[in-house]
Amino acid sequence: MALLEARGLIKIFGKLTALNGAELVVQPNEFHGLIGPNGSGKSTMMKCIAGAEVPTEGRVTFDGRDITTASPAERARAGMSLKFQITSVLPALTLYDNVLLALQGQTALSKLMFSRTRGALHDKVMAMLEQFRLVDRAGEPAASLSHGQQQWLEIAMALAPEPKLLLLDEPTGGMSLEERRVTGELLAPIKARCSLVIVEHDLDFIRDICDRLTVLDGGAVLDTGTIEQIQASPKVQEVYLRRA
Amino acid sequence: MLAIGLLLPLVLQDYLTVFGTRVLILCLFALSFDLVWGYSGIMSFGQAVFFGSAGYGVALLARDLDVTSMLLVIPAGVLIGFAIALLIGGFLLLGRNPSSVIFVSLGTLTGSYAFDRLARGWYYLGGQNGIPSIPPMHIGSYDLTEGPVFYYFVLAILLLVYLGCRFLTKSQFGLALAGLRENEQRIAFFGYKVQHIKAIIFSLAGAIAGLAGSLYAFHEGFVWPNMLGVVMSTQVVLYVLFGGSGTLIGAVVGTVVIEIVSFWLSNNYQDIWPIILGCLMLLVILFRPAGLVSLILSERERIGSFGRPPKVDDKERDHGAA
Repeated sequence: MALLEARGLIKIFGKLTALNGAELVVQPNEFHGLIGPNGSGKSTMMKCIAGAEVPTEGRVTFDGRDITTASPAERARAGMSLKFQITSVLPALTLYDNVLLALQGQTALSKLMFSRTRGALHDKVMAMLEQFRLVDRAGEPAASLSHGQQQWLEIAMALAPEPKLLLLDEPTGGMSLEERRVTGELLAPIKARCSLVIVEHDLDFIRDICDRLTVLDGGAVLDTGTIEQIQASPKVQEVYLRRA
Repeated sequence: MLAIGLLLPLVLQDYLTVFGTRVLILCLFALSFDLVWGYSGIMSFGQAVFFGSAGYGVALLARDLDVTSMLLVIPAGVLIGFAIALLIGGFLLLGRNPSSVIFVSLGTLTGSYAFDRLARGWYYLGGQNGIPSIPPMHIGSYDLTEGPVFYYFVLAILLLVYLGCRFLTKSQFGLALAGLRENEQRIAFFGYKVQHIKAIIFSLAGAIAGLAGSLYAFHEGFVWPNMLGVVMSTQVVLYVLFGGSGTLIGAVVGTVVIEIVSFWLSNNYQDIWPIILGCLMLLVILFRPAGLVSLILSERERIGSFGRPPKVDDKERDHGAA
């Protein structure tokens, strides 16, 4: 059974049709890339999947459950996690507190009031910071990090609750070549733990880490398949050549 | 500060002890607003509704039912503040989508205005004159009237509430509040039920305002519509902004400084003291937007940390083991 199925998604903003019957199917432990020219609907599709937008029409099922109209919090509790396109770490908080904030999001409020899980979560916070090479700066405010490091922190925060599906919207945006390479290294080990949907303009990066690709154009799916199938697809080549 | 607070009634004249008690009660009120705005980013322009409603509630208990036992009226005030905040908060904050700051600000401001008008127009509540001559509250056979005992009683309550607020704001729930204040939309994607968190903290702050309102009613011996209105609601905003929102001590410092300066100015410059006070506030807000507390605390120190950051020893040990 697919982990995520988005079928017939239509999203209309006023006179603009951002999604026009788009579809996406992601299997467990699959790294799935979502690519397409600017304005093709990638980010809108991510938002409809994550709950930031409710589709005008269509259906999203996750782990066998219809979540089309579920709130972001309900989706997070079902095992979905999102990294926004624009970095949204909490700059005034320390790195440690940013990750703790992400980790404790599904804890009952009564337990939070008495800090009942703080001790138990400490090791997980440190492990996450260690994994993303940020542990030495755990006590510093997130605002002190470089842009690339803030992106890593945000990926660490999205991964901390151990989601079944991680949605990454342009994780390497604004990064140097070296930072992109490291990001690829940091993402590779999570494949054993969760599935990934990634929107990215860097096609080399996508090619290196993804199993399958879906190409959007004009809010609809142009093609979907393995990397090789997409590379050989005449429809995809035509779109990219047309815009080149 | 606590030491000064403890010594004051021993050195002050009686009328200044009464003034000091009033200031302590207002500090309690300011803490309630600081919880919702300073810590949670919910702009409540109607905090006086909970303060005044509790004051009216206990005044009615005393006037109509002769209930003045401290063990009944103080919990009643807390409960009234909590219940009204829960009702208003439920309406303003528990929608499917998070409410905007403007919606909550205008909603609470309207509530404050409506409660004020209601009290002014309702004969049962004494209309414009409010409810005068509230008998003192008592514990056992002892009547608690204004003076040093009332002062120490309020100081003890303020200390307890302060410590309770500190415990809450430094807890994991406090971290969730910080997340709410910094980026409400983001934390929803971590699984936080942000509307529930908002409703809880709003109601809790309402309970503290209710506690302050009930103490105020018995201390002053009367309640009047201004206790519920926009002026009182704005006053508490100024206390917190002036002292430094998002810090408990800032709320206390802001209240004490504004009240003392107002008291001194009104005695010495009777015609123009509000103008001088307004200019002083403007200067502080212009040059110290984070309030007076920012003179001694950096932003990092004011926000603090919520978790257990690694100790240097731990890191060294880990490196040594490696």
